[in-house]
Amino acid sequence: MPQIAQIAETYASQIFWMLLTFGFVFFVIGRGMVPKVQATADARDAKITGDLDAAKAAFARADEAEADYRTRDAESRAAAQATLARAKAEAAKASEGQLAAADAEIATRIGAAEARIQAASQAAMAEIETVAAEAARDMVARISGVNASDEAARNAVKAALAHG
Amino acid sequence: MAESGKIDPMHQFAIEPLFGTDHLSLGGYNIAFTNSALYMVAAAVVLWIFVIGGMKRELVPGRWQMAVEYMTGFIKSLLIANVGEGGKKYIPYVFSLFMFILLANLLGLLPLGLIGLHPFTFTSHFTATGVLAILSFSIVLIVGFWKHGLHFFSLFVPHGTPLPMIPVIFPIELVSFMVRPFSLGLRLFVAMTAGHVLLKVLAGFVINSSNAGVGYGLTVGSASFILMIGISALEVLVAVIQAYVFALLTSVYLNDAENLH
Repeated sequence: MPQIAQIAETYASQIFWMLLTFGFVFFVIGRGMVPKVQATADARDAKITGDLDAAKAAFARADEAEADYRTRDAESRAAAQATLARAKAEAAKASEGQLAAADAEIATRIGAAEARIQAASQAAMAEIETVAAEAARDMVARISGVNASDEAARNAVKAALAHG
Repeated sequence: MAESGKIDPMHQFAIEPLFGTDHLSLGGYNIAFTNSALYMVAAAVVLWIFVIGGMKRELVPGRWQMAVEYMTGFIKSLLIANVGEGGKKYIPYVFSLFMFILLANLLGLLPLGLIGLHPFTFTSHFTATGVLAILSFSIVLIVGFWKHGLHFFSLFVPHGTPLPMIPVIFPIELVSFMVRPFSLGLRLFVAMTAGHVLLKVLAGFVINSSNAGVGYGLTVGSASFILMIGISALEVLVAVIQAYVFALLTSVYLNDAENLH
């Protein structure tokens, strides 16, 4: 077995080259390069975690914004409905007032017209009375030759008219 | 390798100095650049190239960067699972350990013999695995005494041990603790050696039975060859598992040092 048979001649060389090569591996590769490789991997992990967190935060913000939008939407809807209701009530009130005013106007006009009609019909009646009284005097004078007084004729016409 | 029809399955573990560095020495010790050292350098260089591909540092990684980050992430989760958040500071060490052993095991399995090269698995030498095991164990000791001081010895007295049992339990726990570097280093060495010996023995069967005649070659040889295919796949699995076991046990031991228990 050369491992044992050659040990006396080779142990020093084996240990020397082992320490030299492993020293190179440890100090140059292990200490010098591996931490940089590891740092890159760690940085990537950190970046991924950070990005995920940011995405989560953005998601939460989006949810918040949506909730905010919904409440504002509901609020503005309510406000619009309130404005609409108020406008409706106002319009109803205004039209009621106008209607009432128009009613009153119509009523006064009707009243005035009725009064005018009455006055006209009274005037017409008076006219008819005068004409009838004159006609009655003329008839009395023609038939009987008696000049009936204006007073009597008028009374007779009134009586006749009252009887209809 | 084959001397007069005889195949030595152990020859693959022989260490040979390369490039005439037989007598290179440092402070009286021979540090010849051997085939073992060549494969250590190869494993380090391949690992270096692999990790360079992961240094693009792009936010959206390519395939290569993804592979490197997968490996570092794998070691990170291994340490977090076994040691907790405090285990992150051992990522460079355990990553180096795992990848270096893994590449050593896999490079040793490459069928380079087909193009005339001699593949060598330095993790099949306990002089190599021992260095790594002692390193891991030393880190456990240093961290343990650094963090907990002499309180670290309470590791050898499990929770709820009745007082009269402590003199018995303490030496048992101490021995099981002291055995750790040996089990750590020997496990890897034994697993890699056994696998490579088995492959080489089966390969010897194929060659020798074919040399003995067509009948032997078709029966014993082809059966051995089919078995070799399966065992080669198993060896790839063992290469990964042994690297993982080494890293896992290191992190389990680090957990003792970090958190006691």
